Amino acid sequence: MTQFLHGARDSLPLVLAATPFGIVFGAMGQAAGLSDWIILAFSVFVFAGSSQFVAMTLITSGASTLLIILTTWVINLRHMLYGVSLIPSARRLPKKTRAVMGFFLTDETYATVINHIGRTQNQEINLSYFFGSGVFMYLNWIISTYVGIVAGHQFPQLTSFGLDIAMVVAFTGIVIANVRLPGHWVCAFIATISGILTFHWPHKTGLLFSSFIAIIAGFYTDLYLLKRGQSND
Amino acid sequence: MTEWLIVFGMVAVTYLPRTLPLLFANRLNLPAQFQQALTYVPIAVLSVIIAQTAFFPAGILHLNSENPYLWGLTAAVIAALLRWPLLLTVLLGMTVYALAKWLF
Repeated sequence: MTQFLHGARDSLPLVLAATPFGIVFGAMGQAAGLSDWIILAFSVFVFAGSSQFVAMTLITSGASTLLIILTTWVINLRHMLYGVSLIPSARRLPKKTRAVMGFFLTDETYATVINHIGRTQNQEINLSYFFGSGVFMYLNWIISTYVGIVAGHQFPQLTSFGLDIAMVVAFTGIVIANVRLPGHWVCAFIATISGILTFHWPHKTGLLFSSFIAIIAGFYTDLYLLKRGQSND
Repeated sequence: MTEWLIVFGMVAVTYLPRTLPLLFANRLNLPAQFQQALTYVPIAVLSVIIAQTAFFPAGILHLNSENPYLWGLTAAVIAALLRWPLLLTVLLGMTVYALAKWLF
């Protein structure tokens, strides 16, 4: 029980940071004209902050179901890396347990748990700690979504203000925190330019196209720099 | 009905990438280059979304100082470069956006 509470406590800053996004997501769904149950279902079943935001933006812009699901898939590919990096610490756990853990593997819980593993001696995942972080994150996400729905009903004029700016600035913070290599800057730059040039492509197809060429540009920039560095040695 | 389809399609494409590596990665080995390429994914996707939202208020390209989104975006970039916590970055960006909207 103490480990469960420790996991929750260590996640607190990230949980607090996620709260406004839950609220904005709820209010955004309201503004998009979705029913309360659908909005809540996103947070209860999908439980993925950035994917939900993007899906809501795409729904508002009238994108097709297939494109929304494809885009979500691309955004969530990064979670494969989380799973791969946790394998050495989770290998000995039963498969059923790992199947449940996957549902709670958000950016926030991954960051908290990987930090905790680094501080333990045997480098194993503490399950209570993992679920303390995951369940706390999950309950807060559902509650803050609900608060957003209620706020959307009470103050419809509030929801038209500052919804997409909150997303823009939050994503900016996340992108820059993730930039470590020169290729990451190239990737962000190409994505921005291509995103502007392909804005008017039908069904938001410019989003996938631009992401794809930006990933390739960034990846090969770093590969080139690495090879040049090696040949200079 | 379409909305439920979206929800459950998204459940699949969210749950599977999170869970499959945990279940099978002791058998399956991702090529190192593919793992490396995955680190560019969030940066690319989120940057496109930022650009398409901030540069196109109401769906029209606004590349001038009267676009409050660009002011908010610039403030957020500076705060994030200075390694401010995410919540403060968001608050600053929204404040600058509100100020610019009121001024111009």
